[in-house]
Amino acid sequence: MADLTGLYQEVILDHSKRPRNFRVLDDATARAEGYNPLCGDRLTLYVRLEGDKISDIAFKGSGCAISTASASILTETLKGKTRVEAEALFETFHDLVTGKLGARDNLGKLAVFSGVSEFPARVKCATLSWHTLKSVLAGDTAPATTETEDAEDQAAR
Amino acid sequence: MATAVTQEVLGRMEPPPVNAAQAFDVERVRRDFPILHQQVHGKPLVYLDNAATSQKPLVVVDAERDFYLHDCANIHRGVHELSERATHKYEEVRRKVQHLLNAPDLHEIVFLRGTTEALNLVANTFGRRVLKPGDEVVITAMEHHSNIVPWQILRDEQGIVLKVAPINDAGELMWDEYQNLLGPRTRLVSVAHVSNVLGTINPLRRIVEAAHAQNIPVLVDGAQAAPHLPIDVQSIDCDFYTFSSHKIFGPTGVGALYGKTRWLEALPPYQGGGDMIRSVSFEKTIYNALPYKFEAGTPNIGATIGLGAAIDYVTALGYENMARHEHDLLSYGAERLLEIPGLRIIGTAREKASVISFVVAGIHPHDIGTILDHEGVAIRTGHHCAEPLMHRFNVPATARVSLAFYNTREEIDRLVAAVEKAKGLLG
Ligand SMILES: Cc1ncc(COP(=O)(O)O)c(C=O)c1O
Repeated sequence: MADLTGLYQEVILDHSKRPRNFRVLDDATARAEGYNPLCGDRLTLYVRLEGDKISDIAFKGSGCAISTASASILTETLKGKTRVEAEALFETFHDLVTGKLGARDNLGKLAVFSGVSEFPARVKCATLSWHTLKSVLAGDTAPATTETEDAEDQAAR
Repeated sequence: MATAVTQEVLGRMEPPPVNAAQAFDVERVRRDFPILHQQVHGKPLVYLDNAATSQKPLVVVDAERDFYLHDCANIHRGVHELSERATHKYEEVRRKVQHLLNAPDLHEIVFLRGTTEALNLVANTFGRRVLKPGDEVVITAMEHHSNIVPWQILRDEQGIVLKVAPINDAGELMWDEYQNLLGPRTRLVSVAHVSNVLGTINPLRRIVEAAHAQNIPVLVDGAQAAPHLPIDVQSIDCDFYTFSSHKIFGPTGVGALYGKTRWLEALPPYQGGGDMIRSVSFEKTIYNALPYKFEAGTPNIGATIGLGAAIDYVTALGYENMARHEHDLLSYGAERLLEIPGLRIIGTAREKASVISFVVAGIHPHDIGTILDHEGVAIRTGHHCAEPLMHRFNVPATARVSLAFYNTREEIDRLVAAVEKAKGLLG
């Protein structure tokens, strides 16, 4: 049975109440908006790219505990990473929260999201900021949504 | 603040009669709903998401099953026994819907997929036959997306103008503003009978009177009214009325549209296909009579027969008995929830059905929903297909408790304990 304390781990609660890098990045080189129509979560992700490297990253918005903590931990994880590293982490994170990947040692702080896979209705909350990151890196102007993964994920469940 | 709202909510509600508990035996009624008797996450299920879809009594499940076991055939086309039986059962339900709505004529009842399809049917056919660029359609700020988007499609494709009547902080239609929106270019008013988020019961008779005074027809979205209120389309005098089977304890996949004969005759067909025609040649097709003109293709026969059983069930139980019990739950629920510090109820209309939308300071509704689910308590969280309403109340989403006659005070207590647990965990 899915365990609530596995979802709302201390680290997640801490980040949801005190999100890190929660500000507008005035000298951002790219930004994108993410919207989860199911729960009304909205966020704007700001990135400053220097060459291929994410030299700074921040976000603003409002959302549930899971999406806020996810965005907060995303910004902490990606600061200093390259574009390629960030894209690889997107895949890892996605696999983690959809249960395709067990918790592993090298996940760092992201590992606290392993409990999300037990809560199918909350996967989109966890991945919203990551989908938004993808939009930022791709230079998309339309708001990112988590809707594209829906049909496939529901069927696979 | 919280206590003021308590008084406001409670002061406006009629006290239940002393013997309400005896008059309505909720435990007996619950036995008719096998689905209620299960554990979710190890706790007895508390189902409080009835506005999304309500549960089905065994008689409904049995009626649909019986059809498939004994009478399954297509309708209106076979000369054989099974087809005649199926047709008879199907058409009997039309009669039941006619009585449920007190419609003058049987042919004024059109079977469709549900409220959404009915609203789209009227928008589409009214749009093609009546509306010209610059014509206006009036809706309210509390509409479900299904009564917003079809009009926006007409706006974008045909250049009609969509006007939105505002609501006050209690979630009630602002009367003067509504009246002022009605003008020489207004061609239709389309309004919810009951709001799915706020529970507000709109003053339909006045709304229709004001519109008719200017020869403007009125379409009513009754999706949330049919499960709670007796409906009389003749006394309301609306031009169209629609509801969905699955919200009044019937199966999913069917609903009905009532339309005044002269309107149904004036409007063009919605979809083309079998059943809606009288004769077809490549040169000319003659459409079938009402209501079949609007019923193209094989309908959801099994679900429609289930709807018939649901109407019988609700009628036997009696709207008055249901409403009395639900009002008791509504006032008890509002009172108990408002004891929770930081909890605010959205929607405090004087005339209100048994829906309670709320937000809790510092906790997102989605997190409340997950924690409640773990306590076995099913509610809905989100924008409830009414995003503009969320903007009106300046919240990203709400948690919504929607009650049916089979809910109990004990279940409200479980709800309140679960919200308190969520506060403990996340607050
Ligand atoms: C007020 C209102 N209108 C319309 C609808 C749409 O009904 P359906 O999905 O059955 O077509 C709903 C259901 O959510 C509703 O609550």
